This record gives sequence, structure tokens and C-alpha cells, in this order.
Amino acid sequence: MFPVSKDVALWLAPLFGFAFGWLLERGRVLDYNVIVNQLRLRDFTVLKIMLTAILVGGVGVYALVEMGFARWHLRDANLGGAGLGGLLFGVGMAIYGYCPGTGLAAAATGRTHALVGVLGMIAGAIAYAFAFDWLRGTVLAWSNLGRVTLADVTGLPLWALYAALAVVAVGLFAALERWQARVRA
Amino acid sequence: MSGVALSPLELAAAPRSEAAPSRWNPYLVGAGIGVLSWLVFVIVATPIGITTAGSQVAGGVAALVLGAEAVQANAYWARHPFRLDYGTLFLVGTALGGMVSALARGAFRVEHVPAVWAERFGPSIGKRFAWAFLGGALIMFASRLANGCTSGNGISQGLQLAVVGWVFFAAMFVSGLATAWLMFRTR
Repeated sequence: MFPVSKDVALWLAPLFGFAFGWLLERGRVLDYNVIVNQLRLRDFTVLKIMLTAILVGGVGVYALVEMGFARWHLRDANLGGAGLGGLLFGVGMAIYGYCPGTGLAAAATGRTHALVGVLGMIAGAIAYAFAFDWLRGTVLAWSNLGRVTLADVTGLPLWALYAALAVVAVGLFAALERWQARVRA
Repeated sequence: MSGVALSPLELAAAPRSEAAPSRWNPYLVGAGIGVLSWLVFVIVATPIGITTAGSQVAGGVAALVLGAEAVQANAYWARHPFRLDYGTLFLVGTALGGMVSALARGAFRVEHVPAVWAERFGPSIGKRFAWAFLGGALIMFASRLANGCTSGNGISQGLQLAVVGWVFFAAMFVSGLATAWLMFRTR
């Protein structure tokens, strides 16, 4: 039964996308101020959402894969691409105040500056397509570890890493909440 | 928010981010995205992502400007041709979901310059638009270089404990923090 056929998936795509956009809006991350204040360490909404999504999503997907209901969808660990790309991305996110998903959804909530950023994204994608041949021979050729996980790199079992992630995330959240309560008081 | 230490900046940001009703707890929203990931892994075997489809759309736009031959000849767009597939329809849904959620709680409104930006860089719409365009271009270029953005790499690869996701996540936060510090520091 699952995964569904490509035709059925086409009908589900807007529904899943809708749920994602709805969650982002309710979570306040279509607000420039919230994202930029995360980067200024004055608001931790973005970190709370992302880390919770990774933890809840990760533990569930791990269980679903173990039970045979899903399979992994790993991408290459291209260290030059992910490292340099991540560094550039952080600069752009601080300037724009959005990542691609939140920028797109924010543009649909009346934020004209977010819409201008979406036009910028199209320009950036076009620039990338023309730089691709050069990047393929340079940055993207530096180091590719293949489709590896932290378990492959550390030699630890996946369940132990998920358990460690849960401990670290919950500990961090508890510390954050205590600190924020004290700052507010 | 009965505290004493509200800066003018936080007060400026308050009407939009605090007063609007029906906001959800960030942990609940994060868990919701996590559960959505379970569903898409099982039902459509396609993790959440934005920018692969985004670059397909850009290829479609480029075809209008540069002609279809130029786009087909490009090595990158040859791999990611424009079409209405799962990824591009997901983008349509994401935009609609944000819009309907905002409309449903009466939060849809035109914003040219956000409060925190205006506080630091002034109310000029042209200035904000110019930097938003540049920032948007940067995140898209960077996402394609990294083969994923905050969603595709940070969340979807991160939740699989993929090395690529965590390298991207760490690099993004470090440079984002540094850039925001440079932009907003008071001399």
C-alpha cells in the first residue's frame, strides 16, 4: 500500500505542503523579527522548533525504518558543499531574515519584502545553475564521504545516538526555559 | 511580558508577534513537523524539502527569459527539469498553508519593512527590498551548493542523523550568528 503511486503522491503533495506552511505560520517563524532575533540570541523559537522536529521526526522515522514501514533517504555528505553552503546560507538568512521555506510562505501572508526575497531566490538558483560546471570541478570535488550518518562516522549504534540527542535536546530546552523565565521575571 | 527589561526594539516587535491570537507553542509546532516527517517518509517516500523544487521553478523562469534551449543545455537543469511534480506542488501547498493560517487568525497584512529591520536600518522600503533580494539570492545559491536548505538538509537529513545535515546545520548557525552580530552590533 505504501509508498503510494506517483499519481496519488501528486495529489498529496499540496496537502503535506499545506500542513507544513500552516505549522510554520502558527509557529511564528514567518515573522522576520522572530528569525532574526534567534540569530541575535533574543528569541529561541527557531531552535526549539527545529530541534524538536529533528528529535520527534528522527526517533519516529528510526522506529518506522526498523519496523519496515519506511526507508532512509540519505544524501551524500559532500563536506565542501555542505560546509561552504551552510556558511553562505547563514549570511543570507541573517540578511533576508528567512530560509527558503519560511520566505516563500511569508510572501503569501502579505509580507512584500519576503516576496522580493523569493524573486532573489529565483535569481540565486539561476546563478547556481550557471556556476554548476565550475563548482562541480572545485568545491563539490573536495570531499565526499557518501551517504553516511553520524553512526557510520562515530561507530556508535543509531539508537544510542538518538538517545543522546534526546538527552541533549531535552536538557537544552529545560535550561532555556529556566533561563527565559528568569530573564522575564 | 510584565518584565522590566523590554527594549524599544522588543516593544516595536510586540504588536505583530505577541498580540496576534492562536499562536502555537514552538515545541508543539516542532513535534507537528516531526509527525509530518513520519507521514511523508511512509506515505510518499519523499522527505520535506523546498529548494530542489525551487531550482526547478527557477529553470522554468529562466526558460522564459533565456529560451528553452539555453536551459536544456545547462548541466544542472538537465538534472532538475521544470515540471509540476511532487516537489513543486509541495511548494504551492506551503505557500497556501501559510496564507490560509494567517487569514484564519486575522494576521494577513501587508508588511514592507519589518520592525527589527526598521529599528536598525531605518524605514526605507527600497533599502529593505534590495537587501531582501540579495539575501534571498544567497540562501538559494547556498542551498543548491549544500544540496538542501533548512528543511531538506537541516530537518530532513538532520533527523536521519546524516552527516550532511548536521554539517550544514552547524555551519549555518555559526555564520548566521556572526552575520547578525555584525549587522546589529552597536558601536
